[in-house]
Amino acid sequence: METQVGRSWRGLRLPALPGFYWLLIGLLYLPIVLLAVFSVNANTSLTLPLRGFTLQWFERLFETPALLTAVKNSLIVATASSLAATALGTMVAILLSRFNFRGRGLLTGLAILPLIVPYVVLAVALLVLFTVIGIDRSLVTIALAHTVVAVPYTTLIVLARLIGAEPQLEDAAMDLGATYPGTLRLVVLPMAAPAIASAWITAFTVSFDEFALALFLAGREQTFPVYLIGQLRFATTLPVLIATAVLLMIGTLTLILVADRIRRR
Amino acid sequence: MPGRPPAGAVPETVTAGADPIPATAAGRAPSRRPLNPRRATFWALSLPAWAILLSLIVVPLLFMFGLSFRPDLRGDLLAPFNPTLDHYRQVVETASWWRQLGLSTLMAAIVALVATAVAFPLAYFLAFRAGRRAGLYLILLLVPFWTSYLLRVMAWKLMLGTEGVINSSLAFLGVIDAPLDALLYNRNAVVITLIYVWIPFATLPILAALGRIDVRLHDAAADLYASPWQQLRRVTLPLAIPGLAAAFLMVFIPTVGEYVTPLLVGGSGGTMYGNIIQDFFLRAANWPLGSALSMIMLVVTMVLVVIGLRVVQPRRLLGV
Repeated sequence: METQVGRSWRGLRLPALPGFYWLLIGLLYLPIVLLAVFSVNANTSLTLPLRGFTLQWFERLFETPALLTAVKNSLIVATASSLAATALGTMVAILLSRFNFRGRGLLTGLAILPLIVPYVVLAVALLVLFTVIGIDRSLVTIALAHTVVAVPYTTLIVLARLIGAEPQLEDAAMDLGATYPGTLRLVVLPMAAPAIASAWITAFTVSFDEFALALFLAGREQTFPVYLIGQLRFATTLPVLIATAVLLMIGTLTLILVADRIRRR
Repeated sequence: MPGRPPAGAVPETVTAGADPIPATAAGRAPSRRPLNPRRATFWALSLPAWAILLSLIVVPLLFMFGLSFRPDLRGDLLAPFNPTLDHYRQVVETASWWRQLGLSTLMAAIVALVATAVAFPLAYFLAFRAGRRAGLYLILLLVPFWTSYLLRVMAWKLMLGTEGVINSSLAFLGVIDAPLDALLYNRNAVVITLIYVWIPFATLPILAALGRIDVRLHDAAADLYASPWQQLRRVTLPLAIPGLAAAFLMVFIPTVGEYVTPLLVGGSGGTMYGNIIQDFFLRAANWPLGSALSMIMLVVTMVLVVIGLRVVQPRRLLGV
């Protein structure tokens, strides 16, 4: 390792560093590759050697109504909770970035609190609340819980954009006679639109993958992760679950890559 | 939340100057008028935001706090009851629960420490060595984190189980006769699985901290003939501390309350404190005792987070 005098610093020249990165990438992708392989392997038990290529698990998937219902429930919950969390997060972000008020720190803390409270505690607290005020467990209770846990993400994503924005545009709009709500609607919201879209997709994926709260708050209608946990002990359905998983993985990844592309715009 | 202003502390005064914009004399005067549009907007945004956040975060925690003093679940849950400390007494007297809480905290600390230690070289590589491809490499690292948590855990089971890929390939190759069963359903399996799933996430705050280091500091250190290791120890590491601490916290907090991963890969020996809470709510139906256990977990986590935040200094990390 030579000392680099007179040129811009490029970090420790350890050849092991890229090697370490690629080793971890390999380890991280191994299970995902395995899932993909077993989703087209013609054997009910997930053991080597492989028994040949089949698409029957993907066909079987569409003939399992309980599974399809669970996926549909997850889509409903994720859509509702992500819309609510995005609206709420955007409101909080506008308040925090555009207004000075007493309780500003408190509002910040409140919006970030779900990141700090362990999910099992939050799940217990919400279950107690819903029981005490007489709301039965259903998709609605799951959606409310998912709204809560997504709010920190949506708030922070939109807030980062609003803080980084130049205030001159809003000043100009106001100088040209726009009302304050008009300025928000015509200047601030369009300017924050990529962040808002990215926040929505983040909230959607948070909800779609969430099970620690959903296990406590699910009634008879299950979301996909809750269904998955229930089914994991039955070995015969495993290949079908893996096939579903692979499809959902492709869907989630597409959403996330789109969100990333939008945010960078 | 003792020590914090009550819910009534919802903002009363609004100054017209937006935070990043210095208040102008012109902007300030109208804000005193009752129906100023800016003030109306403020209230239209504030009221629902406060109402929803308070009723879905603070109120549930208060209800749980209240329930932990209730003798039992009989009768109307909204009716007054004789508060009792029995559940807390029972928790204090049950040594196995304390041990479980200590063990869960220790497991979470080990998971967070190892994940952070593994993530540091990754973040270092991405920040200083990856060059123009850093963005691509970062996405490559994060994709596994974005795929379903449950499925990644399930995939680990596929690899580690007695009929899993490791055992069946070893048997196929004739290396072993009987499957190795030490790989799954114990405490180590829980810790290893959790480290594995958190590594990509732990990289993010460290990368943020490294990205904020002024590269001229490294140039200066190099010009002053600091050896590469001295540069790492004297320049990079001290400046990365907020990021390292943030990574530790961001892994520690969700891990200490885990109960699903232990269910899936922990077996009977690998349970965590969260599993006790889960049992009292979903199986034993002793909610008041479960609430007391939850309160203790909440307090312990909060104390650890407050200590942690002193080190992280989130404002410095975010640069706001």
